[in-house]
Amino acid sequence: MAADGGHHPEHAPRFAERAPDALNNPQLRRNFRRAMDGLMAKRAAQFPDPAYWAELRARGAAVKARALAKLPDLLERLETNLTANGVQVHWAETTEEANAIVLGILQQAGARTVIKGKSMVSEEMHLNAHLERHGITAVESDLGEYIIQLAGETPSHIVMPCIHKNKAEISDLFAEKIPDQPRTDDVDELTAAARRVLRERFANADAGISGVNFAVAETGTLVLIENEGNGRLSTTLPPLHIAVTGIEKVVEFLDDVPPLLALLTRSATGQPITTYVNMISGPRKAGEKDGPTAVHLVLLDAGRSRVYQDVELADTLRCIRCAACMNHCPVYTRVGGHTYNAIYPGPIGKILTPQLQGLDAAGDQPHASTLCNACAEVCPVKIPIPDLLVRLRREAVRPTETPATHLPVVKDGGAERSWKESLVWAGWRLVYTRPLLYRMVTRALAWGGNWVPASAPLMRDWTKARARPRFKPRTLHDLARERGYLNEVPK
Amino acid sequence: MSTASNTARANILGRLKAAPGRPGPDLPPWTPPTYADKLARFRQMAEANHAEIHDVTASNWPQRLATLLNNRGLRNLMIAPGTPRGDALVQAAAQGVPLPPLVPYDQSVEALKDALVHQVDAGLTGTRGAIAETGTLILWPTAQEPRLLSLLPPLHIAVLEEDTLHDTLAAAVRDQGWAAAGMPTNALLISGPSKTSDIEQTLAYGVHGPKELIILLVKKGE
Repeated sequence: MAADGGHHPEHAPRFAERAPDALNNPQLRRNFRRAMDGLMAKRAAQFPDPAYWAELRARGAAVKARALAKLPDLLERLETNLTANGVQVHWAETTEEANAIVLGILQQAGARTVIKGKSMVSEEMHLNAHLERHGITAVESDLGEYIIQLAGETPSHIVMPCIHKNKAEISDLFAEKIPDQPRTDDVDELTAAARRVLRERFANADAGISGVNFAVAETGTLVLIENEGNGRLSTTLPPLHIAVTGIEKVVEFLDDVPPLLALLTRSATGQPITTYVNMISGPRKAGEKDGPTAVHLVLLDAGRSRVYQDVELADTLRCIRCAACMNHCPVYTRVGGHTYNAIYPGPIGKILTPQLQGLDAAGDQPHASTLCNACAEVCPVKIPIPDLLVRLRREAVRPTETPATHLPVVKDGGAERSWKESLVWAGWRLVYTRPLLYRMVTRALAWGGNWVPASAPLMRDWTKARARPRFKPRTLHDLARERGYLNEVPK
Repeated sequence: MSTASNTARANILGRLKAAPGRPGPDLPPWTPPTYADKLARFRQMAEANHAEIHDVTASNWPQRLATLLNNRGLRNLMIAPGTPRGDALVQAAAQGVPLPPLVPYDQSVEALKDALVHQVDAGLTGTRGAIAETGTLILWPTAQEPRLLSLLPPLHIAVLEEDTLHDTLAAAVRDQGWAAAGMPTNALLISGPSKTSDIEQTLAYGVHGPKELIILLVKKGE
């Protein structure tokens, strides 16, 4: 439920205000419905044996849970082993710090153009805009990211960023933005056009920037998965590679990668494996003929260490970013990613965004859910998303405190508290604990409840997104008595 | 590392270490699949990944390769001199096998960039084995056989010995002792040619990397 009017004056429109636009856009809904149906079917085909799925995901969940239990230790081991391999490791508490680190590395190298592999953490940083402001051009090279960069949009899905667009829209966009590019509905021709443009960008880039899927502490290895080869190009062809990642991506052993990889690609796109699994353990060594001569890793916190403080909420950090939760979400499928107005949309976003940005900025997100449990059923690392949605709804009105600091466990805990809602619940409790009062109130509502106008205080808030309640002329007690149910008095 | 980064490091690790402890679970058992006929599984999955497999022998593969390349009308083939496969092709060409001109990857990428990005039609690499479960090639690029050889040319040809198949990635990591041996600068798993389905979930090949992947499967003892 939205808080009192005027409580969030500075906010961009919230989920409930944005949703009608998407719901009333039949093309958008067709694009998402079609894409989500396809992704669900492909994923299901990859897990034909329920027993094996249960075994594999139990392993995957345990691998991530174990890594989180040792998180500070593993981050130090990762740093030690990466440094020994020649990778320079940087730490950033905020996205601003991470941007400053990346910009500093690029400026020191005299870099003017950057080619980027797909990275949601770089979206979280708004890195491209930051570099642009300092005269550095960053070009997205994942086809989907390239398309939305051309369109000046943001990703609407964390795995398939331009899933909201159909090929006619993309054809128009390419014809407008790429010189000498005719309109075409042929996907191969559109893909070839992007290849032609981006190949020159790769060849001339001064640096490549990528994300990370798994960072292996044991060996100091960054594991990146992709289908297109743009990730390999971004991390191999330019003389400088900067990887950015959240601190939760670390795993302990190389042996931890196979089960997570098997879960990730099957859950994400219904593939047994992606075309490329790119494991980077250092810069170009003496005698090697290609690869960047310098590799940097930026470890970003940006609220994750706060999420880590609460043992229940920290399950959020197990996420391997497969997007299966959004593909299976009845809400996401109907409104699409942009309605969430957040970097991470869908169910995982609904628990992650309020924790990273605070419940004041994103406290409405946990309510954009029917708690149908589809996300929890498909999550490959068993994140109990519905439980955490309910937990965050509670934190937004009745925050728990961190014992050491007496601060709310979740940033801006209590931000959604509303006097109207509190009043309703207090009234409800009063009436339901006093039998005489209960009888009086239900009788009064049965007699005159339907005369209360929809514009009345409280009723207005309720009917904003719901049908007006109709009161029956006879109360439940009346009906029960009529049928001969006896009032059982407990002994 | 800068002062700011040092401060961030201390603060992040400080917060994580101050958090309530939590027991790390024991890993529940997980039995990756095994295949009675690894080769059959590999073939099925690699072809599903859109790779083209040709059965060859240790002696006839340069000739078979010449036929494949000439049928496609390719202008040249980039090789890795100093590797057994690269040297075998140089020798075969000298003996009259009708291979297209061989371009050696014998200098740094900076010197060869234009050729690599624009001119080379095909690249040939060896493999360090393969994975039956997913039809995947394992490549560990080396100083002699650089990383971009399997990436920039529109056609990637990989030579695979049939007795180097592993059931799964888990088995390959374990049996080849990856963690203990120390990881190379770059280790790769390759499953088919470059592809995308970012436009309306329609598959298109060769978006950035090779459009085609040919696997020359060297049969044992022939």
